[in-house]
Order: sequence, then C-alpha cells, then structure tokens
Amino acid sequence: MKKWCLFLSLLIVALILTACGEPFLSTMKPAGEVAEKQFDLLLLSTGIMVLVVVVVVIIYLIVLIRFRRKRVGEDKIPKQIEGSHKLEFIWTVIPIVLLLILAVPTLLQTFELGNVSGKEKVDKDGNRENLVVNVRANLYWWEFEYPDLGIVTSQDLVVPTDERVYFNLIASDVKHSFWVPAAGGKMDTNTDNENYFYLQFDSEKADEAGNLFYGKCAELCGPSHAYMDFKVKAVPRSEFDEWVKAMQNFEETEPTTAVAQQGKEIFENSCIGCHAVTPDNSTPANARIAPNLADFGNRTTVAGILPYTKENIKKWIQNPGDIKPGNLMYDSENFSDEELDALAEYLMSLKAQN
Amino acid sequence: MSSIAVKKGFASTVWEYLTTVDHKKIAHLYLGAGGFFFLLGGIEAMFIRIQLMKPQNNFVNEQLFNEIMTMHGTTMIFLAAMPLLFAFMNAVVPLQIGARDVAFPFLNALGFWLFFWGGIFLNLSWFLGGAPDAGWTSYASLSLRSEGHGIDFYTLGIQISGFGTLMSGINFLATIITMRAPGMSFMRMPLFTWTTFIASSLILMAFPPLTISIFFLMFDRLFGSAFFDVTMGGNTIIWEHFFWIFGHPEVYILILPAFGIFSEIIPTFSRKRLFGYSSMVFATILIGFLGFMVWAHHMFTTGLGNVANAIFAVATMAIAVPTGIKIFNWLFTMWGGSIKISVPMLYALGFIPSFVMGGVTGVMQAAAPLDYQLHDTYFIVAHFHYVIIGGVVFAILAATHFYWPKMFGKMLSEKLGYVTFAFFFVGFHMTFFVQHFLGLMGMPRRVATFLPNQGFDLYNFISSMGAFFMAIGVIVLLVNVVVTSLKKERVGNDPWQDGRTMEWALSSPPVYYNFKQIPLVRGQDTWWIEKMEGKDELTPSEPLQDIHMPNNSIIPFFIALGLFIAAFGAMYNPLNSVGDGHPMGTVVLILGLALMFGSMLVRSIRDDLGYYIPKEDIENDAKGGKVS
Repeated sequence: MKKWCLFLSLLIVALILTACGEPFLSTMKPAGEVAEKQFDLLLLSTGIMVLVVVVVVIIYLIVLIRFRRKRVGEDKIPKQIEGSHKLEFIWTVIPIVLLLILAVPTLLQTFELGNVSGKEKVDKDGNRENLVVNVRANLYWWEFEYPDLGIVTSQDLVVPTDERVYFNLIASDVKHSFWVPAAGGKMDTNTDNENYFYLQFDSEKADEAGNLFYGKCAELCGPSHAYMDFKVKAVPRSEFDEWVKAMQNFEETEPTTAVAQQGKEIFENSCIGCHAVTPDNSTPANARIAPNLADFGNRTTVAGILPYTKENIKKWIQNPGDIKPGNLMYDSENFSDEELDALAEYLMSLKAQN
Repeated sequence: MSSIAVKKGFASTVWEYLTTVDHKKIAHLYLGAGGFFFLLGGIEAMFIRIQLMKPQNNFVNEQLFNEIMTMHGTTMIFLAAMPLLFAFMNAVVPLQIGARDVAFPFLNALGFWLFFWGGIFLNLSWFLGGAPDAGWTSYASLSLRSEGHGIDFYTLGIQISGFGTLMSGINFLATIITMRAPGMSFMRMPLFTWTTFIASSLILMAFPPLTISIFFLMFDRLFGSAFFDVTMGGNTIIWEHFFWIFGHPEVYILILPAFGIFSEIIPTFSRKRLFGYSSMVFATILIGFLGFMVWAHHMFTTGLGNVANAIFAVATMAIAVPTGIKIFNWLFTMWGGSIKISVPMLYALGFIPSFVMGGVTGVMQAAAPLDYQLHDTYFIVAHFHYVIIGGVVFAILAATHFYWPKMFGKMLSEKLGYVTFAFFFVGFHMTFFVQHFLGLMGMPRRVATFLPNQGFDLYNFISSMGAFFMAIGVIVLLVNVVVTSLKKERVGNDPWQDGRTMEWALSSPPVYYNFKQIPLVRGQDTWWIEKMEGKDELTPSEPLQDIHMPNNSIIPFFIALGLFIAAFGAMYNPLNSVGDGHPMGTVVLILGLALMFGSMLVRSIRDDLGYYIPKEDIENDAKGGKVS
C-alpha cells in the first residue's frame, strides 16, 4: 500500500517537473510584472507550505513506526498524558511566524497590484500617459473599447508590450470574469459597477508565446461559459501605434470580388442591425449589442474558439447555437451555401491593415 | 410501546420510522437518506469526470453539464455531508452526555422530515423541466437569467431543508446545554460533543443569512421583486456577501464535526487520552469564531478594494493557527500511544496528511494577490475537495465503520473496509492532486468541456481515472453494508475494546431509553475511567425509577409534507418569472400551507404528555433480552 503511494507520488513529481503548462496560458509561465509578482508569491507560499507538510509527515511517520500496537505490546496501557504547555506553545507560535512571513508580501502586493492611480496620470497637455481599455463582457463575447483612441474592437484585444495597460471592467448581462492567466490574475466584470486593474506584457515573453495570449472567462455565466475565450495580441509599441492609426483611419473598402459584393449586400440586409463594421466608438455602449466586426479579416479565431477558416465562419453563421449554445445571436439560420460563401468572403475582406 | 422485543412486520417498521422521535432511529433515517443523496451526488460527480475525460467530449451537453455540476455541489453539501454528520450527532451525542434523548425529540423528527422533503423537492427538478444550473453558489445575475424552473427548485428546496437544519442545530444546542448528566461539565465533554455544539451554534448564526438571501432570490423569481435586478436598482454583490456569510461558516459546520469524529477515533485506537484537550476545545471555538470573519476571501476578485482584501487575507491566514494546533494535538495523541490500525483509524491516518494538504493550499489562497490567479480555477476545485473529502468524507466513512456497531449492533467487515479505503484513498489523490496543476496551468472551473492544445488533456484524463477508483471504493462499501446486514453475529457493548466515552458502556444498539439510570460522570473519558477501575457499567447518579418518554408522532411528517406541497404551489403561481404560472398554483400554495399550519395546530391544542416506563419493565429489560 505504502509502496504504491510512494511510487504514485514519484510519478506525480515527475509529471510536475515535465509540465508547467503552455507559455501563452499558464500562470506558471508568467509573462509580465503582475503575473511575475503573483508567481513569486506562489513560490514563497508553496515553500512555506511544503515545509509545514514535511514537518507533519516526519512526525506522522515516526509515530506510525514507533507506536504501533504490534511494537508496544498488545496489553500495554499507555501513560495518559494531558498535554504539554511547552509543545503547544511551540506549535502555536511557529505557525504564526510562518504566516507573518507570508502576510507581509501579501499585504504589500495587495496594495501594489490594486493601485490603479496610474490610470488617471496625464502629461502636460492633459493626455493620459497610459493606455486604458474598457472591457465589456457579454454572453459569450468580449468587447474592448479604447476610449482615448476612439476605437472599438471585440474578441481580439491588442495591447503594446512593456508598459502597463489599465482596464475598466464591466459586464452587460451576467457576471463574468476577465482572465489572462499568463499575464496576471483575474478581475470580475460585475453587472453593478466598474472594476479596475492593470496588466503588463513582457516583450520577450510575448515572443515566446507567439505574441498571442489566451484569455478566459473565469466566472460561470451559462452553457457556453467554457467557450467564452478571447485572445490578446501583445505587440511592440510601434506596431501597436500602426494598428491604432489603421483603425482610426479605417475606411470601408469596397469589396473587390463579386462574391464579396454579394456578401456585403446580404450583410446589410441581415446583420448590420446588430453588428457594426466600423471601429469607431461613436455609438453608446448599450447600443453595441453584438461584436464589432470591423477588423474581422485579421481575427485569430472564429467566435473566440474555432480556428480561423472560411469553413468555420460559414458554420458559425449558419448554426451558432451548435458552437456556443445559449448565445444571443440565434440558434440557426437558413442561408444557402452560396449566401454563406458570400458572407464569409465579405467578412474575411474586412481588414484595417494587411 | 412495549419494551418486549417482537418481530415486526414491514408495514409496522415503516410506520415506526415515519413516526419515531427516538434520536437513534432518526439517526438511521439521516444515515439512509444522506447515504442515498451521497450516492446521487457521486453519480453526478462521475458524469462530470467522464465528460472532462478528454477535450471536446460530448458525453453530456453544456446545459446538462451545468445542471449536473450544480446539483453535485448542492446535493453533496446540503443533502449528503450535513445529514450524514447529523446521523452521527443524533446517534452519539445524547449517549456521550448521558441523556435519554435530545431536548426536543418532536423537533428532531421535524428537522429530519423537512430536510428529507426539501431534498426530494430539489431532485424532482430532474423530472420537471431541468435542474438548477447556476452553480451551488447561484450568483444572482446568472440565477435570475436562468430559464425554466431549475433555480426555483433550488431556492424552495434549500429553503425547506434549511429550516430543518436550523431546527436540528437549535435542538443540539439546547440538548448539550441542558441535558448533560450530573458531573458532565463542559470541560469534560467528549470532543465530538464539543464540535457538535460549536457547529450547531454556527448553524444558528449562518443559516439565517442563507434563508434571507434565498427568500430574496425566490421573490425576485416568483413574485416579481427586484432585490438583485441591477436594472431596477438591485445589487448582485449583496447576494455574494449573503451567500458567503452563510457559505464560509458552512464549511466549518461540516469540518468541525469531522474533527470531532477523528478526536474520538484517534484516542480510542491509540489507547491514550486526547493530547491537549483544552487547547483542542479552544481551537474549535476559535475556528468557529474566525469562520465568520473571513467570508470575503471568496470575493477577492469581486473588486471590494485593497483594504477589504488585505483585512480578509490576514484574517483568513489566522485560521491556520488553531487548525494547526489540532493537527499537532492529534499527532501527539498518537505519540507514546499504542496504535491499532482498524478501519476507522486507517481513515484517521489518511485524513491527517490529506487534510494538511488541503489546509496549506487554503493558506495559499488566503494570499489575496495570489488568489487573483487561483480563484475560480481548478486549483480551488482541488483545494476544497481536499478539505471536504480528505476531511469530511473521510470522517463520515470512518464514523460509519466506527459507530455502525453502536447503531446497528453488527460490525462492518474490516477486510472490505480496507479495500474501500485503498481504492478511495488512492483514487481521491489521483483525482484531485493533479487538479491543482490544471488550475495553475490556466483551466477555469465549472467548464463544460475544454479545447485541445492547451496542455490540459493528460491531467484531466488522470483525474477522471482517479474518479473511477473512488467509485469502486464506494461500491465495495455498499457491498459491505449489504453483507453486514445479512450477518447474524451481534456485538457487545464495547466492540472496539478501547472505547472511552459513555456510548461504549451501553448495549449495541442501546435500549430505547438509553440509560437505565442516568450516569454520574466522574471525569473526562467517563467509560475509560470506570473500566480502569475494573467496573463493567457506569456509576448511576439516581435510583432506579420510572422513566418519562415522549410519544411517537406522525405530525412532523405532515408539517414537512405541507411545506413540500406549498412549494409546488409557489413555483407555479401566476406571478412567476418563467411565465407558466396557473391560478391553481395559488390554490395549491394555500392548501399546502393549510396542511402545515393545520398540523401545527393539532400539535398545539392536543395535550401530548408522553408516557412512563414502569420501573419493573426496566428491571426486566436489564435482566432479560436486549431491546432494540
């Protein structure tokens, strides 16, 4: 029995050593200052806790070896000991000391990571120094608005590396939670009020992760909770600026092919009531009831989860309810294959940059 | 009621159980019903693990998964763990303090039937349009949006069974305060009685917030109020506070009696008194007190602000200190003892390292900034299963083996017990240890499935395999119970030989009035003291005299049934938010309430003074046959 346990625990240790998760997703591959601080706290607390476990296990094993009835004799009545003030004092004080060691960095980090005053910092012209993004969580999609830049996008969050990005978080239907594990802990998007926090993406780590981090919804929000993913494109500042410029100067290009032209017509008859195809934030948030599709041609995924292919786009348009049950678009539609082709081609042509 | 043992027919046995107010029979009812719900919750757990065995599995669909996951949590907490603990409290606490029953036997029966009908009501949702699907926490924004009646089954079912729990809690408080035998001072009470006492006071203070918040949610959904509707000026964060002001003490309501059970088992099988009894008592009280100070650690990411997070982080860490005291006291109880590894002791030995692991991950989560990463991930799932299975379920399984002879007069098979333990213990660690890493690797909890290529596949597969081991363990336990029930061999008063507290001085099972004469308690570990002085029964504190006993009653059953019927009426009332209301709903609501209040009225106006067992009958029992 015990040998089995030992074997099993060795196997488990081996498993731990070989896998710490993926660089684009794992909290154990921290990709920015916030995640790093949290990872340090993980290491510190794990260290303290392993120490505690080791002490307990040592006493436990000694007890089990020395005081078995077989060893001490079948009829022996042990001495009935009431307790020991000295021992009890020791195992009250040592844990307190250990907890204090953990409590100090915990408190420091709580205030450090919760300090969002940088959000309000302005330069001498009155412009904000740091990038601020409004995150709005919806039944099963994410909207990212850059209030100072006048841009709205959805599903793919684009951020510059090596600087703090501040987030204002809110949900428009039920509570969700905004989480980019590799970059830092989560923050809930409440329906009642805005929450604030910041993240930072390290350029080197972003390179390792292919400049694309996975984001997740961490709060149960309905049947498609598991599918409420988003992606974070972390790019150098210069690239980010180019993207911003392209988005700000976004002009709807006329479709180049006849098929795309047909798609545009269908779109304008069926979809435009909910989906915008320009990235400006002139409409108020509560009127933006569906994901903004302006830069759809550069999306990394379809609906946040499927590989970006024409087939998947068609599948989504026809039967979104199969892919994300409970979504608010519709369960299924009756587009002909030709219409689906046209729509997909049109959507894939929507690009701010090439 | 006759004191002579007669072979009873099936119908009369059923009637006996429907009307019983005897704490020992109510313990059987709790064990049976709690065990049934435990199996149900276990089957739901297996569905979850089968679904998550591989990426993008389609064993159950997303909606059904949410329902199964919600019902697994709700069932295990409210309908399995708590009732099973109540089973042992009922079976043992009155015996441990030298009482003939609990303070309010009628209320005890009512508490059981409320729990029972509440649980049945909740589970009928499977057949009536779908189970609740917003998690056992049922956060308001999601639960208000949930379609169908699932959440209504949750609010009404939990409300009814919650009333039962509250009554049982009050009953145990009254019992322990007022019914202790002469000489049984508070600081001589066995630890299981102490932890029952503290857990009951937690119930007294934690269940009202739950009742209120569920009442609000029920009115939001059924009668058009807007306590949690943000668009109408409501606030969903209030629900979170309410729920966790209940929810955190709830985990201590579960774990404290578990600590109590192990504090009985470890001294018994070490043949040594509990090390540091008084510090154990104070640690229990302190855990109970601190348990109310830490609820917001479930809400670190809700956005309460830095100061709130900092305070609750430190308060949470503080709980580790009294818990650590307990662990070391148990270890040093064994130190210098004479350890016999019977099945209950084996569970206690499995409990110590497992629970320590669950405890330390709890401290890690107390570090608020770290919890921003851990919150709502599989790390949390791993943590609370380590404390709830490694603590509470191990305690329940240990107590099942430990107290089975006292409750039923027969010994569960030790051999099959070892098999169950082996499968359950290995399966448990296999299932949940890897989940820590899944959480750290970025897997959120409560996901109906996961996509491939995220590094989650292998660990989820290992986890699911572990679940099968646990299931095998439980099946072997069931076999054990059946085999044991068929056995004829009966056990004596002290089947483990080393019993220390008063229940082991009585026959197994004890006569229905428990004590021929109320005992005189001459110190802690009363029965051990008597044994060491060579006596084979307790010292009586009173002359042999007539014993006053309460009459059986069917009224508790009907009070609870009335509330059960009324709940259906409330759910289908014309104002409900689902829109399938019917005027008949109101009628059923009124009829159900009429049955409930009518039953109460009958109870109030009819004098039921109980009856006396004549002295001669008791002497006769003592000489002659044993009575169950």
